[in-house]
Amino acid sequence: MSTLTVTRAVHLPKVGTVLSLLVVAFVVAAALVPGLLVDGSPTAIDLKSTLEAPSWAHPFGTDDAGRDLFTRVVHGARESLGIGLGATALAFVIAIGLGFTAALAGRVVDAAITRVLEVAFAFPALLLALLVIAVRGPSLATSIAAVGIGSAPGYARMIRGQVLAVRQAGFIEAAAALGHGWFTVIRRHLFPNAMRPLVAVATLGVGQSIVWASALSFLGLGVAPPSSEWGALLDAGRLHITTSWWLEILPGVVIVLVAISVTSLGRTLQNRLGGAAR
Amino acid sequence: MSRLRRIAVKAVTSVVVIVAAASVTFFAQLAVPGDRANTLMNLQTGQDKKWSVDELAPLNERFGFDDPVIVQYLDYVTGLFHGDLGTSYTQKRPVTEVIGGQLLPSLTLTGAALLVAWALALGITLLTVKRGRFLTSLGTTWEALTASLPHYWVGVVLLVVFAVQLRVFPIIGGTSALGTVLPVLTLAIPLAGFLGQVTRDEFEQVLQQPFVTTARTRGMSDLGVRVQHVLRHAILPAITLSGWALGALVSGAVIAENIFGRPGIGQVLVTAVNTRDLPTVSGIVLVVAAIYVVANLLVDLAYAIVDPRLRAA
Repeated sequence: MSTLTVTRAVHLPKVGTVLSLLVVAFVVAAALVPGLLVDGSPTAIDLKSTLEAPSWAHPFGTDDAGRDLFTRVVHGARESLGIGLGATALAFVIAIGLGFTAALAGRVVDAAITRVLEVAFAFPALLLALLVIAVRGPSLATSIAAVGIGSAPGYARMIRGQVLAVRQAGFIEAAAALGHGWFTVIRRHLFPNAMRPLVAVATLGVGQSIVWASALSFLGLGVAPPSSEWGALLDAGRLHITTSWWLEILPGVVIVLVAISVTSLGRTLQNRLGGAAR
Repeated sequence: MSRLRRIAVKAVTSVVVIVAAASVTFFAQLAVPGDRANTLMNLQTGQDKKWSVDELAPLNERFGFDDPVIVQYLDYVTGLFHGDLGTSYTQKRPVTEVIGGQLLPSLTLTGAALLVAWALALGITLLTVKRGRFLTSLGTTWEALTASLPHYWVGVVLLVVFAVQLRVFPIIGGTSALGTVLPVLTLAIPLAGFLGQVTRDEFEQVLQQPFVTTARTRGMSDLGVRVQHVLRHAILPAITLSGWALGALVSGAVIAENIFGRPGIGQVLVTAVNTRDLPTVSGIVLVVAAIYVVANLLVDLAYAIVDPRLRAA
């Protein structure tokens, strides 16, 4: 019985991994060269075919200005993916700063940073993000900043833990004993080894950031409607929710698919690289 | 003695947490680009221009914008402990008044969602853990899927299916019992998936413990073993997570209230962010921080009730 379950457990995720890779490849292609996947402009207005249900000509239907929803979703990939990557990068920059400082700067600093992070981590990320938006006003850059700042505490906690663990390793002691300066030890030995397991976490983070950013736009507090960022599409579709379900459901399906695919790839990566960072 | 000390430490850290949150919101208010009195004047008159010093003087006087930052900060923090959250820029009345009436519907929503999520998670775990391959994979797939669904999409799908198409529930529910069902499910479904994943892992491990075998050899029924022996252990990690879950629930509540047009602090918050009414945004952030602190104290208590080993310590 146990061997059977093991072989299944190895085989099943492979199908999932391939599907996830396909979804991610499609989104990356859409972000880089949208013209390859759809022809026509995402803002081409056609008043003769407004609010049409999905069909062969318009696989995702059309919106209130007759714009093809599928074209808009494909063209929205660049902004959504961009926000996801940008926010994750920002979160990691903040988290690396805090995590390394906490782990290396002594007990008092560590206690202070750890306490703040604990609170910030458990605090509703959306509220932190909304506070950032209230200060700066909604825009693409604010969305990136809001999502990045909102998700930084979680990563900082993991990085601190990683650094503390790796610092104990023999090779760090050896490097220090060889007379390398502390900066060299951090740069050449501590940093790469502490960060390796976090590659998978960063992948997961991109998926989550896309979802968070789209939630902000959905509330009307992210990227503004003429844009076809996925959350903005959802926000625009809400006016017609009683008559045209596809405007709301289909962009949502895309976001969920991308989020699940990225998450599943991140998990696979985590298993491959070993050492699940928590 | 040690117990008293633990409570004292908890109480002190709670106050520290609130003051830390207050510092963040205070400096957020300072960080708004441009002169605050000028922004405020524009908001109140609906104009967009630069006001003269004389015109701004009453506002500066009223909100104390001319005081040194440290004085403003101390005023703000001491005000908080007197229950003063400042004055809303747009509504020109105390933030406590603006938030006050909206708090109860939001608490009802999050509280009900937490209960429903727990019921769903435990029900599904009890029924599907180690029940043969089909049921088990059905359970894990459901959990993995729902745990990764964003709140807004769950809400929108529920709205389209049950309110628009089937017309079982009202589209704009208000705070009526019937109108509360869909918002609660919006929050509970993703949370149940998440809690379920955690309880399932624990459940599987506990089912292999010697005391489970002992109970079975005593002739206890399968359901009896699951409910009486395993459940108690399996829910421990999920209780810890409930404190965390509250954060996710608050985020979700903002979105659910927005989708279903339900009154609550989420609605007030979105409006306040839109109009950049920072005192109101800060007030809500602080109230949530306070609720979060209290909730975590409750989680500690719940832990002691479920796990008798902790009561002795």
